[in-house]
Formats: sequence, C-alpha cells, structure tokens
Amino acid sequence: MAFFIETMLGGLMTGMLYSLVALGFVLIFKASGVFNFAQGAMVLVAALAMARFSEWSNAALGGDSLFLANVIGIIGAGAVMFLVAWAVERFVLRKLVNQEGATLLMVTLGIAYVLEGLGQTFFGSEIYSIDVGMPKDPVIMFEGLFEGGVLINKEDFIAAALAAVLVAGLTVFFQKTAIGRALRAVADDHQAAQSVGIPLNKTWVIVWCVAGLVALVAGIIWGSKMGVQFSLVTVALRALPVVILGGLTSVPGAIVGGLIIGVGEKLSEVYLGPFVGGGIEIWFAYVMALIVLLFRPQGLFGEKIINRV
Amino acid sequence: MFYRENGQFKTSYAADQQIFTIAQDKWFVWGLIAFAALAVPMLADEYMFRAILIPFLVLSLAALGVNLLVGYCGQITLGAGAFMAIGAYAAYNFMVRIDGMPLVLAMLLGGVSAAAFGILFGIPSLRVRGLYLAVATLAAQFLCDWAFLRIGWFTNNSSSGSVSVAKLEMLGWAIDSPTEKYLFCLAFVVVFAFIGKNLTRAAIGRQWMAIRDMDVAAEVIGIRPMFAKLSAFAVSSFFVGVAGALWGFVHLGSWEPAAFSVDRSFQLLFMVIIGGMGSIMGSFFGAAFIVILPIFLNQFLPLLGSLVGVTVSTAGISHAELIIFGSLIIFFLIVEPHGLARLWSIAKQKLRLWPFPH
Repeated sequence: MAFFIETMLGGLMTGMLYSLVALGFVLIFKASGVFNFAQGAMVLVAALAMARFSEWSNAALGGDSLFLANVIGIIGAGAVMFLVAWAVERFVLRKLVNQEGATLLMVTLGIAYVLEGLGQTFFGSEIYSIDVGMPKDPVIMFEGLFEGGVLINKEDFIAAALAAVLVAGLTVFFQKTAIGRALRAVADDHQAAQSVGIPLNKTWVIVWCVAGLVALVAGIIWGSKMGVQFSLVTVALRALPVVILGGLTSVPGAIVGGLIIGVGEKLSEVYLGPFVGGGIEIWFAYVMALIVLLFRPQGLFGEKIINRV
Repeated sequence: MFYRENGQFKTSYAADQQIFTIAQDKWFVWGLIAFAALAVPMLADEYMFRAILIPFLVLSLAALGVNLLVGYCGQITLGAGAFMAIGAYAAYNFMVRIDGMPLVLAMLLGGVSAAAFGILFGIPSLRVRGLYLAVATLAAQFLCDWAFLRIGWFTNNSSSGSVSVAKLEMLGWAIDSPTEKYLFCLAFVVVFAFIGKNLTRAAIGRQWMAIRDMDVAAEVIGIRPMFAKLSAFAVSSFFVGVAGALWGFVHLGSWEPAAFSVDRSFQLLFMVIIGGMGSIMGSFFGAAFIVILPIFLNQFLPLLGSLVGVTVSTAGISHAELIIFGSLIIFFLIVEPHGLARLWSIAKQKLRLWPFPH
C-alpha cells in the first residue's frame, strides 16, 4: 500500500511538471489559435540561457553569491524569452494572420528548429547544470500511517508547489485582469477583438512572453532535475497528451490532465510494464489521451466543438 | 510560345478526361520519366544515387501517401513514420518467415499491413479532427517505436535490435548496384504516382476532397464520412508502408526502429506542406527540397566559412543547418503558404499567356 501511494505521489509530481509544459501550449493556443510545437525548444532555450547566464555571472562575481548569480540568470533568461516572443510575433505570426491551422503548426516547427539552433550556438551544446538551491534529499512521510512511511523527493515537492502557484496566478491573470480579458477576447475572435480596440500584435507578444516565462519555470525545474541538455526538447512531446486529455483551451484542464497522465504513466510502468517489457510510459500516455478523445473529442475541459455547415 | 492549348480539340469524352489534357504536359511527363530512367543512370555517380536520388524517390513516395491523407482528405497525421516502420517490418517478416517470398509481393504485403493499421489508427478521425487528430496519430508513432524496439518477434529476435535484408532479388534479377536500386525505386514511384493521380481524379478522390473542404456538408450531400476517411487512411498508409519497405530494403539495407522515428513523421509532413497540399507534383517538390537542402547546407557552409576565413566546427555547422532549415521553412510558409506546387502552376499559367501579362 505504501508503495502504491509512493508511486502515485511520484506520478502526481511528474504530472505537475508536465502540466507546466502543457500550460505553455494552452496559453498560446488560447490566444492565437496556434498549436505551438516550439514550446519544447522554448523550454530548452530558457533553461540554457538561465544556466549559462548564472554560470557566467557567478564567474564574474567570483563565486561569492550563488543567489545573486541565479537572479541575474533568471533575469537574463527572461529577457531572452521576451526577445523570442517579440521576434516570433514580428517576423512570423504577423505575416501569417488568418492562415490555416496546419500551416501555423508547421511554422512553429520551423521556429522550433531556429530556436534549437540559435540557443545552442549562443549558449553551447554541452550538458549544463542549474543549481537554484533545491533540496535533493528525500524525506519520509506518513510514518504513522504505514509501516516504513512513504518516500518523497523534496525537490519534486517544491517543484509541484511552484507549479501550483504559477497555475493559480495564471488563472487569476486570465480571469481578472484587463490584459487577461483581452487575451481571451483575441482567442475568441480576432476580428471582433480588433474592432473593439484590442491591439492584436501587442496581445500576441504578451501571450508569447507569458508562455516564455512558463517555459522558463519549466526549464529551471526540469533543468535542475536532470541537467540542461538537448533532450529537454522532448519534454514537449511528453506534454502533448496532457494538453489533449485536458482540452486545448483550458488552463485547469492542463493541470488535471497533467496529474492524470503523470499518475497513469507511473502506475502503468510499475504495474503493467513488467508484463510487456517495460518502457511503456510514453505511449501509454498517448493511448490514454486517445481513449478520452474517442468519448470526449474536445478533451475533458475543452470547449465543446460545434460544427456548422 | 510552346506551351499553348490552342488547336488541341477534344473529340471524345475519353480524350477530355485524360490525366494530362494538354499535349505538352503529357510529353513533358513522359520525357521526364524517360530522362529519369535512361539518362540519369548514365549521368549520376554512386554518391548521387546513394545520398540523393534513392532517398528522394522513396521519400517522395511516402510524401505522396501522406499528401493523399493530409492534402486531399484534410486529416492531419503525425504518424507517417510509424506506418513506414510497419511497412518495413511487415515486409521483412514476410520475407524471413515465408520461404521463396517474392520481393515485390513482400513489399506490397508490407503496404497492406500498414493499411490495416492505418484503418485502426484512423478510427479517431471519425470523432476528432485538426490538431487533436494530429496528436492522436502520434499515439501510433510512439506505440510503433516501442513495439519494434521491445517485442522481439517483429525483429525475428535479433540480438542487436536491428534487422537487415540479405539480398534483393526480383525474378532472378539481383538488385545490388546503386543504379539497379535506383531503377527499382523509380519503377515503384512512377506506378504509384499514376495510381495516386488517378485515385484523386476518381469518385473516391472527390469524396476525400469533399470531406476535406467541409465534412459536415459532405455528409449532408450523401458522402459517407466513415468510408471516405478510413479509405483515405488505408490508401495513404499503403503508400507510406510501401515507401517504408523500400526505405528499409533498398536504401538502408539494415535498420533500427530509430530510422522511422517521430522526426521522420515531421519530415514527411514538412514535405507535403512545403511541396503543396493536395498536389501530386507537390509531393515530389517537397521531397526534393527536404532531401537536398541539408546536403547542400552541409557542403556549402564549410565552403562559405573558409571563404570568409572562419573555420566552422561540425557542431557549429549542425546548428547553422538547423537555423537555416527552420528559417527557410518559415520563409516558404510566409511567402507561399500553398507550397512549391503553387509556384509551378503559376509558372505554367504565365507560360500559357506569354508574351502577354494577362
């Protein structure tokens, strides 16, 4: 029983991390109808920038203050993500207003290539580490409830808490602030939003910025967990079923989807994996999403799709 | 001047319904095929065959298959690599497990297996579409990646996980030199291109296009969406599966599941979109672009570097390749969202009116 709960908690934590990446997808889809395949590359670039800026500033400061170096790193990475958002809007999206979904999807793949190449040219392509002072030691909880207690990684715990705060903040941002309303209006109908005076271009920059910041948080957490390296890009592919399961347009959906996928993956790997040879995590998530799609085509929390002739 | 339809009168319905209604088009295509079959083997060297021509032919066949689904039926797929894998592994198993299996038959059976799986993974298309469907097809991709890696039966329990084909032979003709391999691929591509072209002109292709343009409206006028969508998945997967078998048997010789990874799926979709959705010719343009561009950049960048006196490292080259490749994709999508095939048809239109502008 303790093992089961341990697995499940582990799954929930991983799920939270997936949600972080998934959030990036949802944000951009909500505001521009673009399915952003570059989210993985954005996570990579953000993490690379953060790792390198803090490394450089740490060297410049003489290794005195890791905290200061990290702050500089985060600010630098934030600036890079802003630059990315601005460039994407200025040079790509603005010229592709009103194009089909497939074209936009492909364009984000192109953006992903460019970001991967640029990021590695500027920041190098080795494996870097991010040290933001996350505790690495595991703790044992619920000792009174189960024999031996439940082993939890403190780092995961903090990461999950951070993700939860971020999500809560984003929900408030989307629902309560003027900019959030503007973003939702743009998502609803470009033309109508423009006609009531919402600047489309500015809104897109803002939403890509927000997605960039989410990518930065995801990059820092993933990066401090497993090092900053090229394979961070594949995190996006792991997060896709989360988005589909939760619904492309729903922020809470990204969270719930992430949790479901995280738990499902871990449980399937532990309890089902041994029978079929292991390594089933990645397709299991997709198959789960697929089954949900068959019954609810819009995902769990997505807006109902209505087809008109 | 030369490209005019003036004076070409059709006197029968059959003549009016030909694939190429303009005689110049017909001669051009026949000339192209003759050139590819007769002149190219004499002109090209081994490197050309191995690195450019054979991959180009096989990938254009795959892109053609994807185009039937994405361009003609409007169902976005990111699982094409998986169907290539199924085609290749199924053909391999037919070859290994059945004695005296003819090569071509094994490849076609590989295509049939891919078609069967295509129907299976096409079922979600009845409920979802667009981006949701694209992600749903990724399920096929990851499931196949896993299955061919972990389930020993598919690879005939080979210890290294890679499978290889010993000898290619068709009716006593041993296909081992690059030229023969090229001709073998060319034959497949020509036949399948004609099949594809004719399918899209026939009733079934019209049904696909109706579904693509507006599936609810198509249903209202009496087209069965289930039949249309699943048949598109089946035909497309068949093409892609045969291409996969060719890729494994002829181009690679021995391969691992990584040869058909999700990157391959993306690559095929790129070919279709850059080449032109809903155009047979476009599939070829797209394949040529995607196959040749990385090779060109690979050769060209160090040269450029040495010209300006900078030695570019290999890592630098691969990054620069990524950047240029990505930018070109963005550029093409912005300048010509309808793909290279559109430029082709614009050029033809201009030629017809030449020397007048309108």
